[in-house]
Amino acid sequence: MPTPPGSRLDPHHDRYAERARTMTASEIRALFAVASRPEVVSLAGGMPYLRALPLDDIAHLVQRVVAEEGTQALQYGSGQGDLALREQICTVMSRVGIAAHPDEVVVTSGSQQALDLVTRIFVDPGDVVLAEAPSYVGALGTFRSYQAEVRHVAMDQDGLVPAALREALAALAAQGRTAKMLYTVPSFHNPAGVTATPERRAEVLEICREADLLILEDDPYGLLGFDGHPPRAIRADDPDGSTVVYLGSFSKTFAPGLRVGWALAPHAVRDKLVLASEATQLCPSAFTQHIVSAYLRTQPWEEQVKVYREVYRERRDALLDALGDLMPAGSSWTSPTGGFYVWLTLPEGIDAAQMLPLAIGERVAYVPGSAFYAGPTLPDEARRSLRLSYCYPEPDRIREGVRRLATVVERELDLRATFGERGPAAAAPTAAEATGPGPDTA
Amino acid sequence: MSDTSVSRHIDTAATTGGRVIVLAGGLSHERDVSLRSGGRVVDALLDTGLEATLRDADAGLVGALAADPGATVFPVLHGASGEDGAIRAVLELLGVHYVGSRPGACRLAFDKAIAKSVVARAGLRTPEALPLASATFRDLGAPALLDALVDRLGLPLVVKPNSGGSALGTSVVRDRDELPAAMVGAYAYADVVLVEQFVTGTEVAVSVVDTGQGPIALPAVEIEADGGIYDYAARYTAGRTEFFAPARLEPEIAEVVAESAVIAHRALGLRDLSRTDMIVDAAGVPWFLEVNVSPGMTETSLTPQAVRAGGLDLGQVCWDLVHAAAGRPGD
Repeated sequence: MPTPPGSRLDPHHDRYAERARTMTASEIRALFAVASRPEVVSLAGGMPYLRALPLDDIAHLVQRVVAEEGTQALQYGSGQGDLALREQICTVMSRVGIAAHPDEVVVTSGSQQALDLVTRIFVDPGDVVLAEAPSYVGALGTFRSYQAEVRHVAMDQDGLVPAALREALAALAAQGRTAKMLYTVPSFHNPAGVTATPERRAEVLEICREADLLILEDDPYGLLGFDGHPPRAIRADDPDGSTVVYLGSFSKTFAPGLRVGWALAPHAVRDKLVLASEATQLCPSAFTQHIVSAYLRTQPWEEQVKVYREVYRERRDALLDALGDLMPAGSSWTSPTGGFYVWLTLPEGIDAAQMLPLAIGERVAYVPGSAFYAGPTLPDEARRSLRLSYCYPEPDRIREGVRRLATVVERELDLRATFGERGPAAAAPTAAEATGPGPDTA
Repeated sequence: MSDTSVSRHIDTAATTGGRVIVLAGGLSHERDVSLRSGGRVVDALLDTGLEATLRDADAGLVGALAADPGATVFPVLHGASGEDGAIRAVLELLGVHYVGSRPGACRLAFDKAIAKSVVARAGLRTPEALPLASATFRDLGAPALLDALVDRLGLPLVVKPNSGGSALGTSVVRDRDELPAAMVGAYAYADVVLVEQFVTGTEVAVSVVDTGQGPIALPAVEIEADGGIYDYAARYTAGRTEFFAPARLEPEIAEVVAESAVIAHRALGLRDLSRTDMIVDAAGVPWFLEVNVSPGMTETSLTPQAVRAGGLDLGQVCWDLVHAAAGRPGD
């Protein structure tokens, strides 16, 4: 009898591009499905607290946009984005010290798309991209999709470590290679929760100028500093944009569902970004651009940013207080001065990715630190680290979440002590691909 | 749609109150898989003309079922509470008709060690295994106990949670040094871990369906995962595993394999639907690994492939199961 043919349940199996081969199902992503249930305290997702928005006012605003501007708002628009909005974006950027011209702004579908477009026009397969250790998982996913090689550069509580950056560049030079760009989130870092000092920013800019290295500055949280004084962007001290391409977003200061972000780039780069954007989507959504523009024009948007800041400050305090009260000895964490995230490092021996099912079982969710590394190797400290988001749950839920997490950590420590296990080598996912970009890790 | 199915649709609609509630999701580690399975069952039932809706097993469930007494429930919950009998006990408490095994049988099947001992008594071969709580290792000392396990079961061996599916927390240990990490990984999913002898052979899954005429084995599905390990990624990434349905077994061995699945189904007292996972060794002997009372129904799951290989339609099979459940005297 002839052998019946097998099936891979995917008739396109042999057709995929090489870059799609790493796109696989993962246990960690599957576990996040439980995090959406109300029984679970999710300290995983970076979702803005939209209940703080004046939703009735926004409803009226949207109605007015359709009634009064509908023929433009529902039409195709410019590939570069609506001029009125680009002018307003320049005003927003002035708050972080950037003097920009609207011609240099390209509106995108969230800053995630800006990240994609910049990578697309600059990075060839095999090119090296430098990124902080740890780094935003969505950026790592983009770099991986363009088959870039990511090399992590150490950071501390003052941001990216300049000496580590010099070392990384020297190591590349010794191999006869160069990096294409440095990706950095200097303000209220995702996931590390730290902010680069002005001195560090200046030094990093200087090093990159010397090395002729492009800086991709990602600044979605810049206006969300709890002291109300946004850190000065690196781009502010690179007025001609010869070294820095700057990315901004309304996802955290207004609402992520609108998917409006932007890139600020000098004209030659801008032209390529516009062409790349048009090839992807023809134009960014005219509708959501009109909504954002009307919002900035008619609503007290800076007051709203203040409201957000106060909400997040209260939650940051709740999280830090709970961590101080409840986490076992040997744990340490960052103390963010803005943004959404705390980076928690657990006692030695723990593997945060391997512990996640236990946490889900106790109804608390977080993102394991390994998600924020490109791999293939993972430093021990990364293995025992995790990201906690305080932006979405109410303060009492945050405390409850930390209480559950502390219980889980104690159990895990007990288990590891039983087995003399100081961290698995084989089972732990070592790359962002285990988690991937998405609402759970934004 | 044929005239026959239309008339059967009306018949079942009258019996069930016209509604099938497909329960999926829940709070287990397999929520994501369950939601995908549930969605597929809903689509399959809708294709037959039945009114079917997907519902999470959440705090509103009891009230919703009480308010809809004529509905038939099709549980597609995977993992704890869905497969350990708890939800089904609640359905019985509420007097709801439902598809699938009763709570007591689910409890037996969900505990892999107990299921193995039950089917072994019924004459099936099953790899030697020990279910152990972490406290046992803590109290007796892990290194000596792990050494004893390796001495007894040999290497490689399989470490897996004693309950739960989708290969979550499961690993094949080829080196003694890998064993502690594998144990810790499995305990993240369950309080009891099964350490099992590794059997080399052909991995097959046999689905058993009983719509009132007794349990019938569908064609075995053979699994050949890239890299040899049928883990979570291999299960749910289309293309990562090659399936053969029916399995590439000699007819007499295929018959033994099918009989084995029916024996397991009967021995555990299962009802309506089950899927038994086995390894067929070089001598053609099937080794029972575990049984699932709520088998996966996703695009890459094994039972839908078996249904297709048996020349059946998934919607029709689901319809038959609903029909049988709705017409059953109260549980």
